[in-house]
Amino acid sequence: MRSLAEIVLEAESTLSVIDDLALLEQAKAKYLGKTGELTEHMKGLGKVSAEDRPRLGQEINLAKEKIESVLNAQRDSIQQRKLASKLAEEAIDVTLPGRGRSRGGIHPVIRTWQRVEEIFRSIGFDVADGPEIETDWFNFTALNQPDNHPARSMHDTFYVESESEEPLLLRTHTSPMQVRYARMHKPPIKVIAPGKTYRVDSDATHSPMFHQVEGLWIADNISFADLKGVYTDFLRQFFETDDLEVRFRPSFFPFTEPSAEIDMRFGSGPLKGRWLEISGSGQVHPTVVRNYGLDPEQYIGFAFGSGLERLTMLRYGIGDLRLFYEGDLRFLKQFA
Amino acid sequence: MQFSENWLRTFVNPDLSTDQLTHLLTMAGLEVEEDEPVGVPFKGVVVAEVISTEKHPNADRLNVCSVNVGEAEPVQIVCGAPNVRAGIKVPCARLGAALPGETADQPFVIAAVKMRGVDSAGMLCSAKELRLSDDHGGLLELPSDAPVGADVYEYLALNDHKITIKLTPNRADCLSLLGIARETAALTGTSMVLPAITPAKPDLDAVHPVTLTANVACGRFAGRVIRGVNANAKSPDWMVQRLERSGVRSISALVDVTNYVMLELGRPLHVYDQDKLTGAIEVRFAREGESLKLLNEQTITLADDVLLIADASGPIGLAGIMGGDSTKAELTTQNVFLESAFFDPNVIAGKARRFNFTSDAAHRFERGVDFENCVDGIERATQLILDICGGQVGPVSVVNGELPPRPAVKMRVKRAQRVIGVAISADEMASIFTRLGLGFEQKDVDGEACFIVTPPSYRFDILIEEDLIEEVARVYGFENIPSKPPVAEVAMFMPTESVRSVHALRNVLADEDYQEVINYSFVEAKWEKDFAANETPIALKNPIASHLSVMRSNLIGGLVANLVYNINRRAPRVRLFEVGKVFLKDASVVNGPLTVAGFNQPLHLAGLAWGPALPEQWGAETRQVDFFDVKSDVEALIAPLQASFSKMEHPALHPGRSAGVVLDGKVIGWLGELHPQLVLAYDLPSAPVVFELVVEPLQQVAIPLYKEVSNFPPVKRDLALVVDASLAADELLNTLKRVAPAEVTDVNLFDVYTGKGVESGKKSLAIRFQLHNTQKTLTDVEVDAMMDIFIQEASAKHAAQLR
Repeated sequence: MRSLAEIVLEAESTLSVIDDLALLEQAKAKYLGKTGELTEHMKGLGKVSAEDRPRLGQEINLAKEKIESVLNAQRDSIQQRKLASKLAEEAIDVTLPGRGRSRGGIHPVIRTWQRVEEIFRSIGFDVADGPEIETDWFNFTALNQPDNHPARSMHDTFYVESESEEPLLLRTHTSPMQVRYARMHKPPIKVIAPGKTYRVDSDATHSPMFHQVEGLWIADNISFADLKGVYTDFLRQFFETDDLEVRFRPSFFPFTEPSAEIDMRFGSGPLKGRWLEISGSGQVHPTVVRNYGLDPEQYIGFAFGSGLERLTMLRYGIGDLRLFYEGDLRFLKQFA
Repeated sequence: MQFSENWLRTFVNPDLSTDQLTHLLTMAGLEVEEDEPVGVPFKGVVVAEVISTEKHPNADRLNVCSVNVGEAEPVQIVCGAPNVRAGIKVPCARLGAALPGETADQPFVIAAVKMRGVDSAGMLCSAKELRLSDDHGGLLELPSDAPVGADVYEYLALNDHKITIKLTPNRADCLSLLGIARETAALTGTSMVLPAITPAKPDLDAVHPVTLTANVACGRFAGRVIRGVNANAKSPDWMVQRLERSGVRSISALVDVTNYVMLELGRPLHVYDQDKLTGAIEVRFAREGESLKLLNEQTITLADDVLLIADASGPIGLAGIMGGDSTKAELTTQNVFLESAFFDPNVIAGKARRFNFTSDAAHRFERGVDFENCVDGIERATQLILDICGGQVGPVSVVNGELPPRPAVKMRVKRAQRVIGVAISADEMASIFTRLGLGFEQKDVDGEACFIVTPPSYRFDILIEEDLIEEVARVYGFENIPSKPPVAEVAMFMPTESVRSVHALRNVLADEDYQEVINYSFVEAKWEKDFAANETPIALKNPIASHLSVMRSNLIGGLVANLVYNINRRAPRVRLFEVGKVFLKDASVVNGPLTVAGFNQPLHLAGLAWGPALPEQWGAETRQVDFFDVKSDVEALIAPLQASFSKMEHPALHPGRSAGVVLDGKVIGWLGELHPQLVLAYDLPSAPVVFELVVEPLQQVAIPLYKEVSNFPPVKRDLALVVDASLAADELLNTLKRVAPAEVTDVNLFDVYTGKGVESGKKSLAIRFQLHNTQKTLTDVEVDAMMDIFIQEASAKHAAQLR
């Protein structure tokens, strides 16, 4: 029988080079198995004097621990290497593109529509929608534009073939919604009505179909100064900047008085310094308030009508109105 | 309304630059649309007279000229212009003169030169060299009375601007220099000089008789005979210049005079050749069917609401709109009759439009013309005609009908403050009315401070209190009204959860790889036929183009057109959606809060997918998008609602590959492959899958209601059932779901098999059942019993056999 020291020395040098778990277990048997060399030493303990036995026993245990610790270290090392090589095998090219379908997008004018809704909802405006084939009464008469009123020539109206006695038309503005909504609700009335509108006009800067958003606030004391406050704030929110000027310029609309054209001017960016027409507005005309079914002595307030295409073009730097209606994916995808 | 700034400044000349003046007008509601300088600045150019010319010794085309520039000695200038000759007056750029150059800060400076060996001390100029026109055919010849030595820039009054105002229809009073001057004076507090109008002393007794039959429509008719005029006389340069700078071309002396007075005083006039008049002039309404040939050579047929000027020969003019051809003044005319009338705006409005033309007179009369300046207008025109054409004048005759009343309008100080939102003082209001020339009285009515204002004859827009409030706000200055954050009771206004917004649906489709488009609501009639078998679409009376002539009843035509557009631009894969109203004739719809009788206008949502199911990518086989891909998109769109799909034919769809989308027993739309004939007709390389749904039912979603979650494991069982190949899978599933006990939480078809092992004409449907009891674990015996129910029912209803 070899000495414990010799066995440990040999075990340490042989075990530490084995790189296979099964071989390692086999090699282990040579030292620690039933007939292993250390097991033989243990068996010999019985023949040793009671005096020497504890010391000898301790020495054998020490040798066993040393071998086991080598074994454990070797096992760990083998497993680590195995894992490392498995991970290496499994590696992928993470720079390959992701798979699956792509993403579509919302039309830029609708994107503006959604933002306008959000901004006005934040101060308690309702959102309403109504018919696009509209009656002459709601589109004109109720808005203080009787037949032959010169202001009617400001609108080039599409008329619809129908059996109705009253002329039917494609609404030339979203303003009929003022009247429809106000007749359905009690003051205070706070509503915006975005939607499609139509005029007989088609060139580089006019589309026969376009979008407007109507705004209406009717209550006991909503003044022209409030209109200035609300609309100025709206533009600053919409363009996300305080670096813009807003001016209200006297104008004429049959359904408001005083009436104002709203212009804005950016303090920076490519359009800096130019006054840009953005909206018509004014205090609702008393005749129109009466057509809401309300008493203009008690209720006053403002209305405005803004072009969504115009807001969109200014917001995203789009120069050509016609792009909105061509359905060209190369254009539309830019707003996805 | 276009006018010359210098002309305006002869009436009112505030201490303002052109820019300040145009800003002032714009901010007072007279929007300046254009402001164009008449001349590009130049310096050192004087009126010169060519004394003599001699051929240049060394150049055939050049002349050596001796030129009088108003100094003691003439100067020598070499000139190549073809029209240079002794005696003419031309602009001469002296040494050091700065002519308009390439850019404003780079003038072209004249220096002394030798031209082919001869000294030249300056340059004689063409109109082009002074940027007055593009004419470079020769020297600009000045009138023979042009003062030699005078500065040409000043002599031609080039320091002027052509200003164009976009007038709103309520401000007819500003359709003249006088009106704009009045406004400018009011806004600046500058005093105004009116043109001196001296009544002409009559030389003759001649008057032309006038009868006002329509004496309400025509409130006043003033006239004057002038005999022996030279209609062929030339209009003076100053008049031609003012007219031209106001956008009016010079035509003949008589026409120029009427245009001049119209621009100056806002007073339309008409000149008749008196010798062509037959008997008395009558102002009356037309008789149905009468016809009239107008000055513009258009012949129109009249209805009885059209106001006429007539004589014994019949109609001779459309009152306030345009004269007739038969009595017009011409260059040979010697005796004229001048008309200066007032016509009721309500009678004139819309008539010119009815006959498809406009005229300056109609534009003014339908908005309202000052009824107190009829005689002033005639006197002013008389002065000018006598100056230019000569003649002897008769007295002014005036026939009065009913003039428009000018009722006083009350404005309450408090009401004005409330509407404007600023406590403008009564004193300030009074000062505004004074400046505007609105006569007023201040008094308390019912204990409230009021202004009682009487509008002048030239204002047709002051009828109610608000009209005055607007005047106060406008002159006070919109700029001076604060932007006030409104004070109001706060009420929350949130989008609902039980009705989802259309935007939420849009976002689902965008996430599903569809791009939103917006197409016109009007389409070509053929689309309606092709995509909806609609032979009687809703037509527009005045479409903008024949391919945009009917209202769409579906959204598919537009999407197919978008597809063609993008395929033509090499798009490999196209997925689109649109949300928009469609328009359907529907006699059951009556006028309501949000409806118009006879038409249903529901909001629809439609989609189209064409090309590969997925964008080209690695690791995925390329496969064309099919019915079931899009069906899954539609199901996700509709979720949490669950629709069923039933076989349905649709004119736009492949009859074997189309389905109706059914929600709560109602068909709310359809889905399918585009019909092969349409694929061919629209030149598509392959068929897109399309769908269209009514939006409203999709918005109604239930609020989720919690149900207990089971702690026991679920049981899964599969059945493969062989049925006739023609049986719709949905029918079998519905049968199974109908008899399913409460423990069955899901019935799901996961495979369809035909081929080896399944008889021909049959198919095998593999169905997975999920069973779950919240109280206990289900035993095999219990599960088997349930499966037996399914097998028996499937066998009984559909002759299904277990595979």
